[in-house]
Amino acid sequence: MLDDLDRRILRHFQPDPGIAMAELADAAGTTSAVCSRRIARLRDRGILKGQEAVINWRALGYTVHVSLRFTLDKTETNAFDIFIREARNVPEVLEIQTFLGRVDLRLVVIARDMAHYQHLYRTRLLTLPHIADIEALVHVATIKADEELPI
Amino acid sequence: MTEPSFELDDQDRALLRALREDATLGTGELGRRLGLSQPAAWRRVKRLTEAGVLSGRRLVLDREALGFGVTVFLGVKLATKGRVSLDEFERAASAIPEVQTVEHVLGLYDYRLRVVARDLADFERVLRRRIMTLPGVGNVEANVLLSEERLPGPI
Repeated sequence: MLDDLDRRILRHFQPDPGIAMAELADAAGTTSAVCSRRIARLRDRGILKGQEAVINWRALGYTVHVSLRFTLDKTETNAFDIFIREARNVPEVLEIQTFLGRVDLRLVVIARDMAHYQHLYRTRLLTLPHIADIEALVHVATIKADEELPI
Repeated sequence: MTEPSFELDDQDRALLRALREDATLGTGELGRRLGLSQPAAWRRVKRLTEAGVLSGRRLVLDREALGFGVTVFLGVKLATKGRVSLDEFERAASAIPEVQTVEHVLGLYDYRLRVVARDLADFERVLRRRIMTLPGVGNVEANVLLSEERLPGPI
């Protein structure tokens, strides 16, 4: 398991993934050598899987951001697998999540504008297989999005 | 009202795909992969960063290995719109450590929150003590995340 030093390192690493090793070591109260070894160990154990760049789709002209919540027709065997396989082929789908709850599945969809969204909705989304019901939540603003874990 | 958006060429797209997989790649390595010189790759990264297209990096962590076994999405409806300001709700929700994202939405709910917890008992504690006590909170719907995949998007 993690010890206090691992936790301190991750706590300072999460909000600033581009931080220099010396600075991170300093913030966590250790030396650069120890800090790099700890990070290497977190990687080896698969706890730290890597770093991903965050793309701001708005800057690329995608002004519409919709969360589509689906319930599927579960009388159909493999409805989830078939639905997910088809949804992956829509380039404007950014996330696919499955749930235990009132909603079965959620897609995050982006579009350039409402006309583009309307087109996607009619031609690529409503046509996905085994849909029983759809609800849309239109994204207005992101208040917090760092996705940091309270380590 | 709409600002002109950034136009990507094929090399920009390849570069964004590579950085989405591994944001720690240096411009030397990026250049090698794309068949560009290091300075040319550097200029592209700089341009994409200045245009706000590359807006930061995120650590990819194994949540379960770190002890966060449960992720729940909450749809929150405010009970008393007007009386309690949206700002007040947003500030209070954002300050909860277990709340990873807060999104203002239009539709069935007013806000979407992504919440992590150690297990379902821990989630119940967060829900009762932190979420249900937020200013203005009304109806709350919870959906427990079973699986999640992120796709590269239209690049």
